[in-house]
Amino acid sequence: MTQEPADRSIQRGPGRGITFWLQLLITVLLCVFLILPVMMSLLAGFTANYLEGWSSGLTTAWLIKVLAEYHASIALSLQVAFACLACNLLIGVPAAYALFRSPSRASRVIEELLVMPVAVPGLATALALIVTFGGWGEWRQSWLFILIGHVLFTLPFMVRSVLAVMSSIDLAALEEAARSLGANFWQRMVYVVLPNSAGGIVAGSLMVVTLSLGEFNMTLLLHTPLTKTLPVGLADAYASLRLEVGSAYTVIFFVLIVPLLIALQRVNGRSR
Amino acid sequence: MRARANSIPARIPPGWVESPLLLLPAAVVFCAFFLFPMGRLALIGGSGPLGWGAYGAALSDPRYLASLASTILLAAATTLVTLIVSTVSGVFLTRHRFSGRSLVVSMLTLPLAFPGVVIGFMVIMLGGRQGLIPSMTDALFGERWVFAYSMTGLFIGYLYFSIPRTILTIMASAEKLDPRIEEAARSLGAGPMRVALDVIVPALKPALVAAGAICFATAMGAFGTAFTLATRINVLPMVIYTEFTLQANIAMAAALSFVLGAITWAALALARSVSGTSVAAAG
Repeated sequence: MTQEPADRSIQRGPGRGITFWLQLLITVLLCVFLILPVMMSLLAGFTANYLEGWSSGLTTAWLIKVLAEYHASIALSLQVAFACLACNLLIGVPAAYALFRSPSRASRVIEELLVMPVAVPGLATALALIVTFGGWGEWRQSWLFILIGHVLFTLPFMVRSVLAVMSSIDLAALEEAARSLGANFWQRMVYVVLPNSAGGIVAGSLMVVTLSLGEFNMTLLLHTPLTKTLPVGLADAYASLRLEVGSAYTVIFFVLIVPLLIALQRVNGRSR
Repeated sequence: MRARANSIPARIPPGWVESPLLLLPAAVVFCAFFLFPMGRLALIGGSGPLGWGAYGAALSDPRYLASLASTILLAAATTLVTLIVSTVSGVFLTRHRFSGRSLVVSMLTLPLAFPGVVIGFMVIMLGGRQGLIPSMTDALFGERWVFAYSMTGLFIGYLYFSIPRTILTIMASAEKLDPRIEEAARSLGAGPMRVALDVIVPALKPALVAAGAICFATAMGAFGTAFTLATRINVLPMVIYTEFTLQANIAMAAALSFVLGAITWAALALARSVSGTSVAAAG
């Protein structure tokens, strides 16, 4: 992820003064601040009684309780996330290519516009969707209503990720070479453009799924009692159920999201 | 991230027939489900009992003004503290190699994409009724210091949210610093504070402005954390939510959304114009 500095001997000299130890202290404190609550919720999710601590025994009962009560929310979230990914691949990747091929002022404005649903708070987007389409009864009840919000929110991440990779390699020259050899549009797409943008598509996809699984701001307003997603269920559990259940639910969320985050770190690290 | 394709060789005519067609699906979705609904929302904002005055009320009614002020204050405080600690730690991690360094970096960046609700729960783990810090203060001073369900809790939550992404930005930028310039400053007699303020901070300025603006915008617009901690915290997103759900005052909620949206959008536009870093997710 990071490169070795050019000359390490230079920093050795005065490095270990009080500033060094202060910086180290702040870094360690930050680590504790960020990781400790994660560890605590992992523990609490498996502890029979959190107030009594470990002595009350370890249990998977809370986990089972959460799975029994919220399995529909978890399944719905996965369904929305993968549907959202499919939409992004279908409309986001072509859009990124189109923006790449015609780098005009207009395409810059379009790119800027596409970021709007991320720049504007999710609450506002959700309100707008509800006042416009909320009256269409059946649709309002459907999970597709949530999907629309998620696609709007994740699209700029896919477009920018793919666009960044396309711009960093000389894709135009590669494509021109293929064209001069007689490849038609589809052949160039399948054999030149897509393989060469694969890194950006993978990174964008991981980002899209991660964001969709965790999206709450819009989903809280867009959901109905029958279309409750994982994060909405989480808020529910935090508010009304005991700490151990909230923790167990958080553990399930971590199990889904942490592998995605690690994969994302790997992919981003490699492309640098 | 934002490398532009300005250097496309002239032999390829830009904007082929395919390009607009490929953009079309995304453009249709965007117009139908974002621009059009947003337009409707803007009209509805002016259709309440106050008429278009709702937009004025959003900026002049003492009640909304107070929550706007406290939201801005909270976002500014979050930004300031996040930038300071992330710069200290980010520069430190770029400069020093030690065993376990990559583990530290992964630990610091793990919470990067935690949603606001989960971050709210992390704050409850630290400072809630059964949290760690209240139990510790109970053991030490005989008094439980519960801070999670208040503005303090929200502040801690926003720090938790902002630090990982800010550290990443700072580290990427600090990689490019030349340690020899600092060495030169030191050899000329500058103390560590002078070196930090006169050499490191100016060199990191674009990254600091960009990361700070993203930090500010997310803290302004974030909703999940406040929702988890307490519905009584007086920040703008929370007010919008209550206006809409409890008061059924859709016009006011719409007007307030536009005020909030304008602020976050402006902050993020600033971030992009300074450094062109990738988009930030509003938690």
